[in-house]
Parts: sequence; structure tokens; C-alpha cells
Amino acid sequence: MPVMSYIQAVTTALREEMQRDEKVFILGEDVGKKGGVFKATEGLYDEFGEYRVLDTPLAESAIAGVGIGAAMYGMRPVAEMQFADFIMPAVNQIISEAARIRYRSNNDWDCPIVIRAPYGGGVHGALYHSQSVEAIFANQPGLKIVMPSTPYDAKGLLKAAIRDNDPVLFFEHKRAYRLLKGEVPTEDYVLPIGKADVKREGSDITIITYGLCVHFALQAAEKLAEDGIEAHILDLRTVYPLDKEAIIEAAKKTGKVLLVTEDNKEGSILSEVAAIISENCLFDLDAPIQRLAGPDIPAMPYAPTMEKFFMMNPDKIEKAMRELAEF
Amino acid sequence: MAKNRHEELGLSNEEVLEMYKTMLLARKLDERMWLLNRAGKIPFVISCQGQEAAQVGAAFALNRSEDYIAPYYRDMGVVLAFGMTAKELMLSAFAKAEDPNSGGRQMPSHFGQKKNRILTGSSPVTTQVPHAVGVALAAKMEKKDFVSFVTLGEGSSNQGDFHEGLNFAGVHKLPVITMVENNKYAISVPIEKQLGNPKVSDRALGYGMPGFTVDGNDPLEVYKVVKEARDRAVSGEGPTLIEAVSYRLTAHSSDDDDRAYRNKEEVEEARKLDSIFTFAVYLKDLGILTDEIENEFTNEITSIVNEATDYAEAAPYAEPEEALKYVYEE
Repeated sequence: MPVMSYIQAVTTALREEMQRDEKVFILGEDVGKKGGVFKATEGLYDEFGEYRVLDTPLAESAIAGVGIGAAMYGMRPVAEMQFADFIMPAVNQIISEAARIRYRSNNDWDCPIVIRAPYGGGVHGALYHSQSVEAIFANQPGLKIVMPSTPYDAKGLLKAAIRDNDPVLFFEHKRAYRLLKGEVPTEDYVLPIGKADVKREGSDITIITYGLCVHFALQAAEKLAEDGIEAHILDLRTVYPLDKEAIIEAAKKTGKVLLVTEDNKEGSILSEVAAIISENCLFDLDAPIQRLAGPDIPAMPYAPTMEKFFMMNPDKIEKAMRELAEF
Repeated sequence: MAKNRHEELGLSNEEVLEMYKTMLLARKLDERMWLLNRAGKIPFVISCQGQEAAQVGAAFALNRSEDYIAPYYRDMGVVLAFGMTAKELMLSAFAKAEDPNSGGRQMPSHFGQKKNRILTGSSPVTTQVPHAVGVALAAKMEKKDFVSFVTLGEGSSNQGDFHEGLNFAGVHKLPVITMVENNKYAISVPIEKQLGNPKVSDRALGYGMPGFTVDGNDPLEVYKVVKEARDRAVSGEGPTLIEAVSYRLTAHSSDDDDRAYRNKEEVEEARKLDSIFTFAVYLKDLGILTDEIENEFTNEITSIVNEATDYAEAAPYAEPEEALKYVYEE
């Protein structure tokens, strides 16, 4: 099985889906000749031509809105927002339009669009190239939000997103693009959207997280294992709608739950996960639910000192895990 | 006697009569909805009155069995011409389960009907412009001969989606026709407070497409400019921006009182140019609309509107739990 980086897994998924179905096309800024600012669409312009890997004008609402129109017609657009931070001008199109098209038309129309966007920090990206934006969309029934944590998951989930008949926001951690490598099958496979995945079995404490933080949590768990503390790690994979069953099962398994996100804490994905556990697991808990997140400041600063202060890392997670284990 | 202007456009007497009849049906349905609203039977109306000529003239210039439309909330004339029925519009007005637009989920005039290629619309204005561009992009990619047609008000032409969508269409020479129905008011705000340049069609230059301002009270003038735009679009020459100028004869909606911001004389003056009246005069002058045909139309439309009203009023609402359906594919 070949080893590939997270971004190669994304490119592979795009290529395979475009080969499989000629209705699949990509649109976004710099996705064509340049192959994307992160090179996620590298080689696809040469293989599929200008109109299936379309360089759009610099206008995010049009990228989303034109994609939505094409999706209503029956195409399978994969729109790219160059950075998740720049999705804001398209929020009206995503929330008022894509999320509501099936519902408002009483199932007459649908909107099978994927909107990909690199999110996350730790890359000297400062306020507007580091943000996690998933919480903005995570109370909008009609949308699905997928945030893969490994190359294997990235390929299988992106292919599933493209084949899904509802709008999917697909957030890829930009630091994971080249940091994370893993085995990815060459054959076609899809992973289920809406299902969390146990990334590590353990019986002492439960960590529930997603995206790049899964990688950090796994690193921290190895440190704890040296001291005989076994962490159970649940990767949400789809952060909206949440896999409630898997969350409840993972929380009940150890009775001690640490929730981790790179986003700031207030109103984050973790808040909803904590609420689900509170509603369902009161008598199974042996400690208060812990949330480890970024500070409640607008976004990640540029200077390395402040960026490091904001950014999640294995050490912060390890410390929180030890505190919880000792509770 | 008036000069026959429709023959040179390739329109037969039967076709112009059909146009007039569609305009009249839109007007009469709209008037009935106001009555139903004032009688407390339906919660809301938002009108097409004053814009029927532009709507029907444009729709008749399109291929009504292949083209896609992204209408805005005043476009009763457009959707009637594209196959939505009076009964279906009344079901929407009464918010009944059988409403094909939304099953009673949306306010009236939020059109959508896949079988007639009417894209589903929302309330935030102008979001439909990029959608129509997306459909046109699909037409180009799939090498199909249809066009998309999108409408909006002049106030909505200030939204970012107007600019973003038209520029996108201009860059890729897409087969989309955008028609701004300039009715001179965005709720209460008149064009001089909405538009830095009062001529919306001038903006076309900035998007690399031709732009035309036409008399929106004249269905034949609108027909001509849309027909030519469609011919250009299907021959690969790209998009067109059209501004059809008319007047909003009613208040913005059933919840608005226009006496607060415009005077009665202004509205009365505009009524003299009302296309339902002026187009009838044109057809009568040419001897095409006879008293006999006019009576026949009136009787037929009255019974269509009555039947639609009775049917929709008696039709059932959706069950409460229906609200939970179709968030995602089921």
C-alpha cells in the first residue's frame, strides 16, 4: 500500500472522482494552471482541461453560488476556498442557499456541492490564514461538515463527499497537508460521512477531537502509555451532524472525557459534544467534562510567541490528559 | 390604426394574444390574492402588478421547454409562462401541502419547480444570479443549447452577488440573460437613492457584455431584446444585461403602506402606462383583440382564478411533522 501525504490523498481523491464521473469539476481561485496555492489540484488542469478545473474570478460568493447553480442543474462541483478564512463572503450562499435548497423546495431540488477549504494554524498564517471556521456552520441543518485527520480518511471521505447528494463542507488542515503521511490504498473506497472513528483503544480516559488535533492527541497518548495510562481516542471525522452514538459510547467507556479543538472554546464543536455527553452520560461520568481549546480571542496572532500560545500541540494535550487521569 | 410591430418580430396574432392572456391571468391572480389577504384568508402577498409586460414578453422570447429560469419574487408572469399553473400558485398562497414550490414551507412567490426548470429561490435578494450563471456554465460545459434567464429588482442590482455573478458570466462568455426589472422602488427607497448611475444597463460595460434599457411596459420591446440576447447566447457570444423599466403599481407587499413614501398622483400617472391597458389598446387597434375574444378571456380567466382559489382553500395543510422531512436526502 503506497504511503502518501494528506494533500496527495486529497489530490488522488479528486482525480479518481473526476475520472469516474465527468460531471465532477473543480472551481476556485488559482486551482487551474497553478494547481492551487497548496497544490491540492496539481496536475488536474493538464489532465482534465480548463472547464473541469476552472480558474474563477477572485470572488468567493460567486465560487460558491455558481457551484450551487451548477449543482442544481446536475453537475458535481467541488469548489475550493483558498483559505477557510476567506469563506466569509460566501456564507450567504452556503447557509441561505446550499443548506436550504432541498428543504425549501420540499425535496424537489437538491444541491450536491462540495466546498473544500484549508483551515487551521501553526503555519505563521496570522489572523486570516489560520482560522477554524467550522463552528459558524455547525448549527445549519442541511449542511454536512467533514474534517479528516489522516491521509486515508481524507481520500475516503472526500470521495464520499463528492458522491453525497447534499452540500458538504470539507475542511482540510493546511499544516496536515505535508506533515501527515500514511498508507492509502490505490483502489476505490469511500468512508461513511456522519460516522466517528476510534483511532486508539484505551480504558482510562477518553479524548474526543477531530482534524489535526487527532494526530497531536495520538502523540500525547503514547507518552501517557509509557506511564500505564491508556487513552481512548475518538475522531469525530464529521463534525456536523455529530455521531451521537459514538460520542456517548466513547464517553461511557472510561467516564473521563477530554474534548480537544484548535478552535477557540466558546460555542465550538466541543460545546455541542459536551452537551450530548451531559444529556446522556451523567451517571457514567467520573469527572467533569474537560474542554481544551484555543483561547477566546478573535484569532491566532502572527508573532511566534503568541501563535504558539494559541496553537494546540501534543504537550498541551498531554498535560490535560494527565490532569484528567489523576482526577 | 396602430402599426403592427409584432409581425416583424416573427410573432403571430395568436402568439401576441397568448402573451396578453398570460399577462391578464397574472394580474387577475395577483388581484385575487390581495382580496384574499385583506379578507384574512392568506397571510401575505407580494405583487407582479405593473411588471407583467416585461415578465411575459421576456418569457415568450425564451425556449420554454428547455431554458432554465431563476425568477425573483415578483415574477408571476414568468412562471406562468413557464408552465406553473394558477392552481399551483394559489396552493402556494394558501401554504398548502400540494404547493409544488415548497409544500407550504416558503412564503408565496418564492418560486421553484424542477419539472419546469424553475430554480428554487430564497428571500435574501440576488443570490439567484450566481445560480443562473452556474446553470449557464453547465450548459457550456455540456455543450447544450439552452440558456438561463435570471431576474431581479433594481435595488438588488446593488448586491455583491449581482456584480460577482455577471463578471463571472462575462469572463467565461456564458449563455445567461440577466433582466433587471426596474420598478423604481426598493420597498420605499426610490432609484435616485439606490443607483449612482440610474441606468442599470450601463454596468454591462464593466462586465464585458452588451447592456440594454427597454420600456418594461411594452412586451414586444422586451420580447425583441430578450430574443436577440438568446440568439447571441446560443451562438456562443455570451451573456446580456437587460433593464426593463416599468413601475410597481402596488405597495411593496401586503405588509407595506406606500402612502408613507410616494404620492397617489405619481401612482395614478403610472397607471396610464399600465401594460395590461396599453397592450390591450394595441391589440384592439389592430383588430386582433375583439370584444368577443376579450369577453372570452375574461370569462376563462375568472373561472381559472375561481377554481384555483376554491381548490387551494379546500386543500389540506402539511401534517406538522412534515416539517422534519427533507433536511437531507432520504
